[in-house]
Amino acid sequence: MTAMPALKGQETWQDQVLPILRSFDVRHVVYVPDAGHAAAIRGAEADNEITSLALTTEEEGIGYLAGAWLGGERGALLMQSSGVGNCLNTLALQAMTRFPLLMLVTMRGDWAEFNPWQNPMGQATEAALQLMGVRTWRADHPDEVAPLIQGAATMAFNGDESCAVLLGQRLIGEKKWVK
Amino acid sequence: MTGLLDRRAVTAELLKDRGDLLVVTGLGSPSYDAMAAGDHDHNYYLWAAMGSAATVGFGLAMSQRSRSVLVLTGDGEMLMGLGALATIGQVLPPNLTFAVLDNGHYGETGMQQSHAGRGLELSRMAAAANFPWAKVVDDMDGVAELRDRIHARAGTSFATVKIDVGEVDRVLPPRDGVYVKNRFRNALGHPTI
Repeated sequence: MTAMPALKGQETWQDQVLPILRSFDVRHVVYVPDAGHAAAIRGAEADNEITSLALTTEEEGIGYLAGAWLGGERGALLMQSSGVGNCLNTLALQAMTRFPLLMLVTMRGDWAEFNPWQNPMGQATEAALQLMGVRTWRADHPDEVAPLIQGAATMAFNGDESCAVLLGQRLIGEKKWVK
Repeated sequence: MTGLLDRRAVTAELLKDRGDLLVVTGLGSPSYDAMAAGDHDHNYYLWAAMGSAATVGFGLAMSQRSRSVLVLTGDGEMLMGLGALATIGQVLPPNLTFAVLDNGHYGETGMQQSHAGRGLELSRMAAAANFPWAKVVDDMDGVAELRDRIHARAGTSFATVKIDVGEVDRVLPPRDGVYVKNRFRNALGHPTI
């Protein structure tokens, strides 16, 4: 995790995420933190209509959202690509019971990655999701983020599908480790 | 013979006169126990996704604040979801209760001893996660108290119920997860999608 620079003046793609989730009546934002999700997490925490919740590991979010949906409410799961690996067996819950599962995944290990330990899971993320029946879309340019999340949410919430939008490292920017 | 409790007697007592209680069961024997006590529109049986009973019950408790939610699971299933206790501990919904049927073994896979069977007391982990009520239940009076606690919605509660390792007949709940989900939601007044 790194601190996000303060966002001032103009809207960025990060600012667009939470308003889209709100427009789909998302009431639960559950996450393992990542810098790329910092704006959405901040916004969710400030929103009295939304329960925002940190998880110890990403698969908790799948169970939580299954339960929230049983009770009649929608949510979204925010995580880094490494967390996709933690989710795989639990994705059976979505496949067997079919509930809307919207996942936003910030990528590591797919472009200009300084830390090679991120590469194995980062390179396997999209294929792993698809192997478990999750529909995936990839955003590498700021203009793609809003329409892809909008589209993924539409298919998740109107079709009880599991949908993931991958937010690429080219979009997020190179992580600087050494000053 | 020890004084360990009979799992079916425990489950029957916990689900007695259940009213509008919502129940999530962990895979394996606790799902069979709930089914043996009587199938119900407000039962949600897990058949896989081990470790998820806690999180499903938590999400349900957070979206149905005015109803009691019971997570009925086993010690092995709970062990796979221990992080969820820390996650729940941040929020502590008062309508959520755990009954962990603890026989200290992995019953579904050949009765291998579990961590709980080697001395780990799960209710202490719930206490460490700031659950306001966390107890060991080892007699039927304690089970009756736990049942009252489920319906009181007076604070997140967690009990390990010490049950006998004896195997009982499998009473299989429906395996069609979409059916069980839709039935559950319909009973709460929600459409299928």
